[in-house]
Amino acid sequence: MEAMSRLLVCPPDYFGIEYEINPWMRLANRVNPEAAARQWHQLMRVFEEDVGVLLERMTPVPGLPDLVFTANAGVVAGTRAVPSRFRYPERRREEAYFEEWFRAHGYEVVTLEPGLYFEGAGDLLGFSDGWFGGYRQRSEIRAFPVLSALFNQEVIPLELIDSRFYHLDTCFCPLSGGDLMYFPPAFDRYAQAVIAERIGASRRLIVPEHEALRFACNAVCVGKHVVLPTGCPETAAELLRRGYQPHPVPLDEFMKSGGSAKCLTLALD
Amino acid sequence: MDQAHDTVVLQGHIIDSLILAKVLDTILMMGGTFDLTDVRIGVTREEPSSARIVVRASSVSLLKDILAAIQPHGASVEREDDCSLELAPADGIFPEAFYATTHLPTQIRVKGQWIDVEGIEMDVGIKVDDRRLRATAVPMAAVIRDDLIVTGRRGVRVVPLARPKERDVFGFMESQVSAERPHTHIIVDVARRMKHLREEQSQGIPGCKVLLAGGPAIIHAGGREALTWLIEKGFIHVLFCGNALAAHDLEADLYGTSLGYGLSAGRAVPHGHEHHLRTINRIRAIGSIKTAVESAVIQNGIMAACVRKSVDVVMAGTIRDDGPLPGVITDSMAAQAAMRSAIPGVGLALLVASTLHAVATGNLLPATVPMVCVDVNPAVPTKLADRGSFQAVGMVMDAASFLRELARELGWKP
Repeated sequence: MEAMSRLLVCPPDYFGIEYEINPWMRLANRVNPEAAARQWHQLMRVFEEDVGVLLERMTPVPGLPDLVFTANAGVVAGTRAVPSRFRYPERRREEAYFEEWFRAHGYEVVTLEPGLYFEGAGDLLGFSDGWFGGYRQRSEIRAFPVLSALFNQEVIPLELIDSRFYHLDTCFCPLSGGDLMYFPPAFDRYAQAVIAERIGASRRLIVPEHEALRFACNAVCVGKHVVLPTGCPETAAELLRRGYQPHPVPLDEFMKSGGSAKCLTLALD
Repeated sequence: MDQAHDTVVLQGHIIDSLILAKVLDTILMMGGTFDLTDVRIGVTREEPSSARIVVRASSVSLLKDILAAIQPHGASVEREDDCSLELAPADGIFPEAFYATTHLPTQIRVKGQWIDVEGIEMDVGIKVDDRRLRATAVPMAAVIRDDLIVTGRRGVRVVPLARPKERDVFGFMESQVSAERPHTHIIVDVARRMKHLREEQSQGIPGCKVLLAGGPAIIHAGGREALTWLIEKGFIHVLFCGNALAAHDLEADLYGTSLGYGLSAGRAVPHGHEHHLRTINRIRAIGSIKTAVESAVIQNGIMAACVRKSVDVVMAGTIRDDGPLPGVITDSMAAQAAMRSAIPGVGLALLVASTLHAVATGNLLPATVPMVCVDVNPAVPTKLADRGSFQAVGMVMDAASFLRELARELGWKP
């Protein structure tokens, strides 16, 4: 998972706030469509021009405002894809489109039983030698043994205890080279102990709370490049100190929905 | 304590992730307890691990709360099935795959409900009345054609014994038997239990009867007075014995001998070997031990005390019996059934100096009843202690010494 050369994205043509399914979403907090489009295109430009990533664009669908968050399409490893099973009915209508995209692009699609909630790469992240799964907020812990068997990978479940950090990718970002950028208070004490046990202190980059709340951890790491939202200078400075190249991009319009750089992409291989 | 319990299964990468630790901590923090019945650890990093956990709680509602708290961490309640039932093919014959019981409390699941098996004992089957949702332990010989019998292991669960509340010799879960161990503290504990049971019985609390199964060595060795006293003082409520114990007790009253030996003189009496035969013949002529006592032919001793105190006596015969005395049941299966019907309500069993009656009684008793087995031959207490009940105490000791010490502890002044 560490070397991403291709990302699945979906233009924000129909992006907006049409329901409230996380603490960030408020129907009254309207999205500015032009600003959202501008921010999304700037993000794509950074990916393509500064980071050197190949982008696969999905066709947006009217009435599915969150299709833009392709991290929740499912999880892909090698030629196999497992589409998500969303916890909230509002997003369940996206499942068919994501599944169709995987099939149309030659992936071997394995579906989970209905009702076994699993929200894709939003809740399943990892290093080359082991994956971590976030549960309790959106995905169910029972999905991980199934995924572990499908991909022949260890999957360590981590309990998420703060509803503002409702997906693992909102508070946990594995970096190339084995470093981890994360916000410990989003996890229960068992998960914090497991992370500390697995990843040495020198490899753990702890994000301060005010930047975690700006979704500093919702970053995309490709090689030494880290694309993250603006407004996280301490995290960016720390990344620089550790030899990474931070690329801050303004993504405030998407934060109104509780998503940022990572949520807007899905690693394809 | 009647505990509620359920089995949950946890699987995946549950060890390194501390998920198993978290689930177990949660159970304990909420006031439950658990048994890890089956833990498989993945050999490689990718391979999952799994654990079966029996969750116990003091009430059904606490159990429900605990299960609700651990389910989000992946603990799923093991799918439960009803037990399978088959009709008995003929009288006295179980269906081929019948479930064979243990002596531990057992429950079966019928129509979605867990019900207790009544009258549990080891090495029998389980008969079900599915309309009234009742289950009873049934011995092979008592099965009637078309009885519904539990088959296989599905839908059957055995409840491990909780450690007894009393902090006495029965509570230590030890089953080693040794002639070298001091006996005094054991006898003190047994006496304390008997005192307590007699008090409870006088208040009408059920399950407080004391059973004594004994052999004739009690008479030969000089334990007759002590046992008579224990019966007269209301410490013994059920007596299991054979022809010999009764015959020698009655012989002692009529002739002052036990198998021809003068009990006070301590030597063989001329023609003493005939005494027990003459005793048996006399009682047979009278018709019953009860009549012999009531007509004052028999005045003292164990059997006389049993008649006066209305002790429930079951005398089971064997192939070497003389006579036998009236009341001795010579059909083994009928004797077993009579013993079985005297067991409900027993709260303590003393098995003294009789291999045959001790083992038979041990087999009939549920594991919930504490037992004391006393014999000069270590093989007997060992055999009973090996039944896997931690409420069995074995003592390698002479029967008379045991009974005399026990009676003294309870206030007997010889």
